[in-house]
Order: sequence, then structure tokens, then C-alpha cells
Amino acid sequence: MASSTKRIPTQHIIGYVLSIVLTLVAAWVALKSNLPTLWIIVGILLLAVIQAGIQLIMFMHMVEFESNNGHIPWNMMFHGFVAAAIVVAGSLFTMVYGF
Amino acid sequence: MKLSEFFVTGEPLIYAGMVAIVLVTCAIVFLLTYFKRWGWLWREWLTTVDHKKIGIMYILSALAMLFRGGVDALMMRVQLAFPDLNFLNSQHYNEIFTTHGTVMIIFMAMPFLIGLMNIVVPLQIGARDFAFPYVNALSFWSFFFGALLFNISFVIGGSPDAGWTSYTPLAGAALSPGPGQNFYLLGLQLSGIGTLATGINLMVTILKMRAPGMKLFQMPIFTWSTLVTCFIIIFAFPILTVALALMTIDRIFGAQFFTLTGEGMPMLWANLFWMWGHPEVYIVILPAFGIFSEIIATFANKRLFGYKAMVWSMILIAGLSFLVWVHHFFTMGAGAFVNSVFSVSTMLIAVPTGVKIFNWLGTLYKSKIQFTTPMLWSLAFIPSFVIGGVTGVMLGMAAADYQFHNSYFLIAHFHYVLIAGTVFACFAGLEYWYPKMFGHKLNQKLGKLSFWLFVIGFHITFFPQYFLGLDGMPRRLFDTAPEWFTLNFISTIGAFGMGAGFALFVLNIYYSYKTSPREKTGDSWDGRTLEWATPTPIPHYNFATQPTVKELDAFHDMKKRGETTYDESKLKPIHMPNYSGQPFIMMGLLFFSSFALVFEWIILSAVFLVAVLVMMGIHSFDYDDGYHVEVEDIKRTERQLRGLNDEHTGS
Repeated sequence: MASSTKRIPTQHIIGYVLSIVLTLVAAWVALKSNLPTLWIIVGILLLAVIQAGIQLIMFMHMVEFESNNGHIPWNMMFHGFVAAAIVVAGSLFTMVYGF
Repeated sequence: MKLSEFFVTGEPLIYAGMVAIVLVTCAIVFLLTYFKRWGWLWREWLTTVDHKKIGIMYILSALAMLFRGGVDALMMRVQLAFPDLNFLNSQHYNEIFTTHGTVMIIFMAMPFLIGLMNIVVPLQIGARDFAFPYVNALSFWSFFFGALLFNISFVIGGSPDAGWTSYTPLAGAALSPGPGQNFYLLGLQLSGIGTLATGINLMVTILKMRAPGMKLFQMPIFTWSTLVTCFIIIFAFPILTVALALMTIDRIFGAQFFTLTGEGMPMLWANLFWMWGHPEVYIVILPAFGIFSEIIATFANKRLFGYKAMVWSMILIAGLSFLVWVHHFFTMGAGAFVNSVFSVSTMLIAVPTGVKIFNWLGTLYKSKIQFTTPMLWSLAFIPSFVIGGVTGVMLGMAAADYQFHNSYFLIAHFHYVLIAGTVFACFAGLEYWYPKMFGHKLNQKLGKLSFWLFVIGFHITFFPQYFLGLDGMPRRLFDTAPEWFTLNFISTIGAFGMGAGFALFVLNIYYSYKTSPREKTGDSWDGRTLEWATPTPIPHYNFATQPTVKELDAFHDMKKRGETTYDESKLKPIHMPNYSGQPFIMMGLLFFSSFALVFEWIILSAVFLVAVLVMMGIHSFDYDDGYHVEVEDIKRTERQLRGLNDEHTGS
């Protein structure tokens, strides 16, 4: 085990705290801030992108020195994007289009 | 809250259920105390991270759930046997069809298959355990406590009654007040954690821990079906998680996602539910295909016909499964174009499925078939499933679906695919791998008797329901009309046949434990894949030395060359994980947190949630690196199990 020498998972803790903070900020933006709706949507989307970035870098070993500067799971990411696109576009298609 | 609101009161059947629960619990406590087995239960089972033991616990729980869902089914069939019977009132009937559906899909079919995957997949790929054994234990306990939460609803608080699909607005707070629907939401949410974690766990295991030399296209077909299923789980379950969370927020915190008021969109629930729900039915059918493929190849004594076509058709089915969800609500009125798109994609699924059917027939063609019990289940599956599939295509035609929708035709269709597919596969798989798990086969005579009872009962139950549907009988009807009497009565007779078949199956477990000869080799059926290369009982580290795989059907290939997987000269200490009580405690706490949330006791729920977070924190700083099994110990175990002489043990 390469990681057994490193005892405190600093990166994971930072990532974990950051994701909780970002979630709380998103909740605040949606519920308590008096921004116009468009700005709220843009803000939440932006926070979501940052959140995804944190996940990939802090937890998904994207930039990891030990394993040849990281492993980028293009395949899974592609499928993830496709699944997300199906959910969003598909919902719009069935729920809005054709009525 | 008064005690009479907390417990369900006023139903004789439920009082009987309460008495039964109290008696069974007392009996278990008494037996464990009397035989001094509490320590054994904790050390060997509740804290285990061994994939074989976790698999057995999954299967035992699933059998219990099959019993529960089966009793629900029998009660429904009794109520429908005669018009105006009043065995169940409408409210009780609604609760029972809801719990029947939910229990059978979420707490029976999936755990049963995941249990088989747990036991078989690491053995088939020559691995020593899952990639993350601790997470695997966590998954099991999350499923177990989720199932527990859902099941106690019938004595505490009241069962959900809005159907297993829980369509809003009916399932929303306005029309279904009280804890019932919350049990559904949180029970599914809790067990969903485990399903998702298992999906990731098995995927990593299959991708990263295969025996040296085993390429993807040399994996046994059941492992392939598991891998494809994992992809579906990982992409589909988050949709359910989000949908359940949204409805929970709706019901408990007063949001308006799926409500009629406040610009909510009730149909969005149906949309999200089936975006998960349709892939879900493939989650339970693809592993079944894998099981049948293994069994058919073994007992036809042939290499699986069209292995590559089989794999590619599974991948195609998995991809298409995400593109057909609207066929569950064609009648929503989305217009001709939307319905046509999903009608076409639905019918496309019949193509790869048909390919698989022909491949099974191709495997059987001109082979010398051994009619063992698992093989009988597999052979019965093919024609039965085809009937279910063909009627599925009928339902898939949007225009015709306006006639079939919500009728017994649909009920008959999905029972034909889910029972003939998944349930037959569960029985077949359990009987097939039973000697690997417990060291003896199930009795063939009793097994065949239970097979015939169950299969004939199944056709008598569900074939008439196609015609009931065509005669206009709607689903979820608690009281039938005289013109549907004859077919309903026949259907009820069949249901009791299935019940008898299941009872005999369970009896067979006990009977075989008492009488079956014990397995002497690990290779009970002249198997083709690596799980049969291990000795029985399987040592806890599975493989003393990892085999090198050169082709498909690795063990068959080895036997031809006179090799075994055991090579004493290559023995090295084996690194194994320690058992841990944390998963059990963590998920137990989450269970209490969910239970409090069901009754909307927010503060109590939060307290338990904090306790869960503390447990997670403790685990994060837990540097347990497991232990090593020494070479001498491995040698002793292997020699004893393989019946080798021990002249050089030196101990």
C-alpha cells in the first residue's frame, strides 16, 4: 500500500469541508438571497461545476503524483455526461414538448 | 402522538402479524441465548466483511422478503377470488399491493441477485474478495435496515398505500398524510445507498481484480452481466435518490416539487421515477440472463453459443434501457411524436433480447442436456419469458397501449418477465451455486417437485390475467365484478400452487441439510468457470494462488490440461481485511435517524444523523490495514481441503 505512510487524508478532509460549504452556499443562494431568478440559476450552476471539479480532483485521483500524474476516467466521464444529458433533455422533451 | 396512532390498530390480520413478530423475536432471542450463540452471531456474521458470508445474508434476507411479498400476493388473490368477498377492505388492499410491489422489486429481486453476485463474482474472476470489503458490509446493512424500516410500517405507523410507483399527487402530503408514504421514501433511500455502493464496488472489483491473464472478453458471462448491471446501477440510482429526496422534502418540509399547488409538476415524479424505474427492471433481468447462460452452458456441456453476441446484446440492452422510460406513461398525453419516439426505442430492445434467446437455443442445439433442477428452471424460462417479451412489444406500441394501460394485461406482462426471468433465475442460481455455499446439493427430487408446482402455478396464475386485462379488468381493483369471476378464480388457484412450490423449496433446504451427501470436491456439476476450481468449503481467502487464465471457460480449460488452481511453490502470505462492527452500527444509527424522520421528529432524526457522521469520522481515522494469512496456515488448509498428503508440512 503506497498510501499507508501518509496517515492523515488532508486532501479528503479539505474536499469534504469544501463540498459541504458549497452546498450550504447553494442552499443560501436559492432560499435566502434576494437575487433575481436568472442570477440564482446561474449561481447554482456555477457552484455545481466547482463542486464537480472538487470531487474529481480531491476524491477521484485526477491529479495524483503517485500514479503518473493521475488517471482521468474519460470513459466514465463521457458516460456520466450522456446520462445527465438524457435526464435533462429527456425530461424537457417529454414534459414540455408535444403538449 | 398517542400510542394508538403509533401502532396500527383495528385490523385482525395485523394483530395476528404483531403476535407473530413478537413470538418469532422471542424465539430467536431464546434460541440464541439457550445455545449461547450471541457471540458467534456478532463475530461470524454481523461484523463480517467476507463476500461469501455477506452474500448468504443477502440471500437469506431476500428469501424472507420473498415470503413476505408472497403472503401479500396470496392475500390479494384471496380477495379477488370471489366478487364482494370483503376479506380485505379497500384501504388494506391498497396497502398490500403497494408493499407487495415494493418488497418484491427492491427488497427481494435485487438483494437476491446481489447476494448471488457477492458470492459468485469474486470466485469467477479469481479474486480474494471485493475491492472494498468494508463498503460491501456497509451495503448489506444499508439494504437490511432499509428493508426493516419498510417492513415495520405494517405494524407501526401504517403501510404506504399509493402503489409501488407512488405517483404524485396521490403520494404527496395533501392526499396521503401520515407516516405511511414516508416509510416508502426513507426505506428506499436507505437501501438505495447500499445498492449504489455495491454497484461501484462490484465494478471496481471486476475491472481491477481479475486473475492474471483474464481479458474482458474471457470473463464468465455472469460476471459480464454483473458488470453491465453495475453500469446501469451507477447511472440510474442517482435519479431515484434525487427523486426520493425531492418528494421527502415535499412531504416533510413543505416544498412544492410534485404538488398540485404552488406550480408543482406531479407528472415530473412519474418521469423521474421511470427514468430510474426502467433501467431498474434491467438491473434485475440482466443478472438473471447471466445466471441462465451459465447454467445452460454447464448442463448442455457446451461452450456458450455466441458468447460475444451475448455480451454485446447485454451492453445494447443496457444502453437502450435509458431511452424508453416514457412507455410507462404513454397515456400521460405527451402527444404523438413523443410517444412514437419511445415506442420505437421500446421495440428496439426486443432485438438484442431476441439475439440472446437464439443464442440460448443455439447452445442447447444438438447438445446432451442434463435435466438437473437448475437446468429445468432455465429451460422453463425461455418459452415463459418469450410470452412476456412478446406481450411487452404489444404494450410498447403507443396506440395499442391506450387499451392495455393500467389493465390486468400489463400485470400479466410484467409478472411474466419478472417471475419467469428474475424469480426463476434466483431459484436456478441458488440451486446451482448451493453446493458451493453450503457444501451439499439441494435434493433433486424435492427440487423438481417444487419446480413443477411453481412453474405450473405461475402459468395458471398469470396466463388468465392477460384475458382479464383484455376483458377490461383494471389493475389495483380491490373488488372484482361477477363477469371476471371464472378467470380470477383460476388465477387464485395458481397462486396457491406457486405458494406451495415456494414452501417446498424452503422445506428442501432443511431436508437437504439433513440428508444430502456432502460434497467431496469443489466441482459439483462439472463446471466450466473458476468458482468450481475452489475447494468446498471455500477457504476464507478463496484462492491460495491466483490462477493464470488463458481462455474463456478457464476451469474447463484447466481440467482438460490436468491443472488445478493450486500451486504450492507459489504460495505467499495473503493480505486479508479485518472484520468490523462499524458497518452494522453505522447503518443501525442511520436506521433510527430515518425512522425518526418518518414520524417527522426532526430533532431526534438530526441527533442520530450526527451520530452517523461521528461514526464516519471515526472510520476515516481508522488505520486498520488488515492482517496476513501465513504460508504455513494456507498450506495446512489447502492440503486438508484438497485431500493431499502432508508429508512435508513440517509442523
